[in-house]
Amino acid sequence: MSRIIVITSGKGGVGKSTVTANLGTAIAQRGHQVALVDADFGLRNLDLLLGLENRVVYTAIEAIAGECRLEQALVKDKRQPGLVLLPAAQNRSKETVNPAQMRQLVSQLSQNYEYILIDCPAGIEMGFRNAIAPAQEAIVVTTPEVAAVRDADRAVGLLEANNIRIVNLVINRIKPEMVQMNDMMSVEDVLEILAVPLLGIIPDDERVIVASNRGEPLVLDEKLSLPAIAFNNIARRLEGDKVPFLDLMAAHNNLLNRIRRFFRS
Amino acid sequence: MISELLEQFFRWKRPVNSRSEARNRLKLVIAQDRSGLSSEALEAMRKEILEVVARYVEIEPSESEFSLESDDRMTALIANLPIKRVRPQIEPDSPIPSEASDSEE
Ligand SMILES: Nc1ncnc2c1ncn2[C@@H]1O[C@H](COP(=O)(O)OP(=O)(O)OP(=O)(O)O)[C@@H](O)[C@H]1O
Ligand SMILES: [Mg+2]
Repeated sequence: MSRIIVITSGKGGVGKSTVTANLGTAIAQRGHQVALVDADFGLRNLDLLLGLENRVVYTAIEAIAGECRLEQALVKDKRQPGLVLLPAAQNRSKETVNPAQMRQLVSQLSQNYEYILIDCPAGIEMGFRNAIAPAQEAIVVTTPEVAAVRDADRAVGLLEANNIRIVNLVINRIKPEMVQMNDMMSVEDVLEILAVPLLGIIPDDERVIVASNRGEPLVLDEKLSLPAIAFNNIARRLEGDKVPFLDLMAAHNNLLNRIRRFFRS
Repeated sequence: MISELLEQFFRWKRPVNSRSEARNRLKLVIAQDRSGLSSEALEAMRKEILEVVARYVEIEPSESEFSLESDDRMTALIANLPIKRVRPQIEPDSPIPSEASDSEE
């Protein structure tokens, strides 16, 4: 039985694609067969984050239309043997696909892959409905900001209404220094409001942007950064490991960082 | 004396805590989002509840509070209606007094 997980958020730009790319790579590193499905039809991005943009020949659209076999549309990752990407079309709208076709596509993938991660587009319209249609589980990504949390709550409500009962939360872009100054909601604040089980917390970190510039997911780094450890921990928790959550506040306050801040200011 | 001064000083000094503002505003708007009620429906419901309650007890409409609260993904309607006095022997199906306080004498 494969696990079919949609990564969604409601609000745009909170880190769905970043989480999908890193989590997929981390799960593949742990020895699993993983397929990533870019469901953001019209705004394809996942290929770029994975550094696979030059290898895209066919997309999900051609596979659905029967213009190519599904295997032909899958792009194999150059670094991770267990990882493939099913790219979205770049210049066709979300309306060209329907939920039944998405279900059919993913059920075909599930014959060969243990994990199927679906990167959902922003919003709660057609693209959202397509992306969640095949899913059994969901990861809701949010940031500790009012609009993102409110939209995450809407997404959670819609997932429940669509009988997706396993819903977990990832809180992205936490800035410990702002939380400490009482200028950002903490992980506990967000959890209290959303009341969804926590799967992971990821610090706001410039290296996430650098990694996307390069098309090299952070979890591939030899020396793992804090956000990379956070992504790896999420992969382990998905498999049922009990991994304690990173203490970002403590990491922020360790002596070395305090000295660094002192000299910077 | 001094402690009072200090307290005032610190209250003045303390920057507005945007974290708790975010939390409180979110709680309200999310409770309303979850209920699926429009603000018009909420207002209509408030009026009708007040009317029914006014048949049995005298309340002060301006002091009554209605709010939606969410806890653990359950939404509750919380009404806080301070009672001024209980109306003497009114039958449950007697007509609704037009105004809570004007109807006497
Ligand atoms: N933890 C982080 N620290 C710093 N930057 C981040 C972090 N997470 C995401 N970002 C940046 O935020 C931007 C949006 O991320 P991403 O594209 O993953 O979001 P998305 O939810 O997929 O957006 P969309 O809704 O448009 O699909 C990117 O520029 C990304 O590099
Ligand atoms: Mg995206």
